[in-house]
Amino acid sequence: MNTSRWPITTTLFVALTTLAACGGGAPANPSATQEGTPDASSGNATAKPGLITAADLTLGDINKDMAAKGETTYDVKCQACHSRGGNRVVGPGWKGLTTRREPAWIMNMIMNVDVMLADDPEAQKLLEECLVRMPNQNLTKDEARELLEFMRTL
Amino acid sequence: MKRPLLSTALVLGGAIGLFLFFNTLQGCRPNTSQASAVKGDAAAKTYVKPGSYDEFYNFVSGGFSGQLSVYGLPSGRMLRNIPVFSEDPQSGYGFSEETKPMLMTTHGYIPWDDSHHPELSQTDGVPDGKWCFINGNNTPRIALIDLGTFRTKSIIEIPNCAGNHSSPFTTGNSEYVVSGTRFSIPMGTDAQRDVPIETYRENFKGTVSFIHPDPESGKMSIAFQIITPGMNFDLSHAGKGPSEGWFFFSCYNSEQAFSLLEVNASQHDKDYVMALNWKKAEQYAKEGKGKKVPAKYYSNWYNEETHTAESTVLEEVLQLDPRELKDLIYFMPCPKSPHGCDVDPTGRYIVGSGKLAALIPVFDFEKIQKAIAANDLEGDFMGVPVLKYESVLHGEVKKPGLGPLHTEFDGKGNAYTSMFVSSEIVKWNIERLEVLDRVPTYYSIGHLSIPGGDSKAPWGKYVVAYNKITKDRFLPTGPELAQSAQLYSIDGDKMELLLDFPTIGEPHYAQSIPADLVRPREVKFFDINKNMHPYVSRGEKETGIERKGNEVHIKMTTIRSHLTPDNIEGIRIGDVVYFHVTNLEQDWDVPHGFAIKGARNAELLIMPGETCTFKWVPDQVGIVPFYCTDFCSALHQEMQGYIRVSPAGSNVKLTAETRSFDAGS
Repeated sequence: MNTSRWPITTTLFVALTTLAACGGGAPANPSATQEGTPDASSGNATAKPGLITAADLTLGDINKDMAAKGETTYDVKCQACHSRGGNRVVGPGWKGLTTRREPAWIMNMIMNVDVMLADDPEAQKLLEECLVRMPNQNLTKDEARELLEFMRTL
Repeated sequence: MKRPLLSTALVLGGAIGLFLFFNTLQGCRPNTSQASAVKGDAAAKTYVKPGSYDEFYNFVSGGFSGQLSVYGLPSGRMLRNIPVFSEDPQSGYGFSEETKPMLMTTHGYIPWDDSHHPELSQTDGVPDGKWCFINGNNTPRIALIDLGTFRTKSIIEIPNCAGNHSSPFTTGNSEYVVSGTRFSIPMGTDAQRDVPIETYRENFKGTVSFIHPDPESGKMSIAFQIITPGMNFDLSHAGKGPSEGWFFFSCYNSEQAFSLLEVNASQHDKDYVMALNWKKAEQYAKEGKGKKVPAKYYSNWYNEETHTAESTVLEEVLQLDPRELKDLIYFMPCPKSPHGCDVDPTGRYIVGSGKLAALIPVFDFEKIQKAIAANDLEGDFMGVPVLKYESVLHGEVKKPGLGPLHTEFDGKGNAYTSMFVSSEIVKWNIERLEVLDRVPTYYSIGHLSIPGGDSKAPWGKYVVAYNKITKDRFLPTGPELAQSAQLYSIDGDKMELLLDFPTIGEPHYAQSIPADLVRPREVKFFDINKNMHPYVSRGEKETGIERKGNEVHIKMTTIRSHLTPDNIEGIRIGDVVYFHVTNLEQDWDVPHGFAIKGARNAELLIMPGETCTFKWVPDQVGIVPFYCTDFCSALHQEMQGYIRVSPAGSNVKLTAETRSFDAGS
């Protein structure tokens, strides 16, 4: 479909002021909320898959091919909530994100969000601010890594 | 915890007690005394602790709800009500543009049917957890439900069938599922069909059809259809093991009555079980010995790539006529008005349940083959050979109870038969034809079901009674009550009542399968990158609006927790608006709903990665809200939008926007 026939004019509009004022009201234990996703295989408590560590990642100069692939994934699965700018839409804007957060932390938020929201104080702080649990968009490790590369360009 | 029970007395009293029990049932009314055979440890046997799963999936017919409901066993917890033949406003099935074709027939769109018999697909004669079939009795159809998505994947209409009751039982590798007409009818041209009812004997014919589901796509087609003498076909089962390649159908109304069947179709002491050699039929079909006759019917199929159902209209069916093609069907006399027709796990014995008979006849496949070879006939019925009853009989279970209906098996040499009139399950030994145990059911049991109980290798463990009458079993809810099922343990020598649970619609038949055979297939969400819907929005970038004459198409996305676009203007009275809504989520159990004020439609419930289309014809000028109906996040209540409807002919510019303080790009 020709996207030019599908114009979305997006204008600046302060629509989320109420959201900005809502910090601090999150439940103390996010993993126990009704939005929690129980582990499907055991049906019991949430299992904890191995988190990604700094040792799992190698960051060199920005790889443009990877960043371009990451941008494609961003458009489909992330853009609805994250701006390329510094401001928050639903979740934080991505501008400068890779200078504020460790690469492994970002990768884990993408791939292991339930574990992060259960255990990681920084992730929990974000939930208190945003009040929407970050969706697990079921990216592969390669896709998540490409996304990280795209973030580095912002 | 024992109570003095009528039923306990019954077991002790044996055959004499049985007659006493029947005396309490006089006047066609079930015994509604609060009897209960529950022992102290029943609760422990059915308790599935919070967060744990049931051992079996139990697929239960929704009866006149037209649906298929899913329970867990042994807890009796209801897990899902799958829309099949009836519209479902909760999921939007039959309301979304994508699902409307599923309910198309030669009579047009039909929002309802009467579903009776779930049948799980089989591999090597054992349920494999891939599909569940179910028949639509009223407007003859068969549906295939995919157990990866728990959604109806295809529905085929059956031509030359009237009342698809004897269905959809499967062959051992689901090469075919069958349809047998409950009501015989005249077929052919308009002139051939427009005949006096009293010419039944001359003009009315039955059919049994063999429907082939494509193993990959699940699309169904009619492989061949066999013409039979005019009668009523009731139930059926495929042969297995030595009887593999054969199919057995119970037939009643051999009187060929066409009025007051209650009396007129109950005259003969025996009706028939029809033995059909489907391998032979398949061979005749392959050899081109059938006749292609005009017959219009729909085959509907849900395309999972486009998330859209497609209807194909077929124009002819291949018919085989046993009067011309030999060795295709044989009748075996069966007392009296047989209902169930069940084949034991070894495949040697076929149990006919004459619902008006005070005995259960068991046929022996070896003897059937010998009788056919020796031409051991007692005559013919409308040109079809009738085998001699005594020659094909393994034996009769004498005085098993009143009103035998259906039989299932435990794989240990025992059969369990439901007794409608005497409201009980009777366990008997197949070889010895001896009654071993009986338990009362509350009340008036119809079908019964053992996990794998009609297959080569039953899992056993439980038998579930599906009752026709509920009466006082649950808290009363006015004149209309929930239907009722009862779970019994069959692990020991004696059956043991464990649990009652309510069901939707008349439960008719049900089948169960170990959960482990189904769970690995579960689809948790649809991959958005594989979504080939013509109006998919893969990301908010692809959303937008387009006018085509008076049709307006809006491509919209949902994600926790906003709709994009959410401000739409330029819609005019006289427009037909299509919302093509794509759920951008890619995680399990995050559907979004979509509803519009005043829409003469249901909601959409869009699964992650799916696109669904909502048709809306605005009828009032003004600002109309739409919103997500399925609580999705803390900001669910904010998940809303406005659409502006202007008078016909107005020139408000067509726009679709989301106004954010940041464009995001």
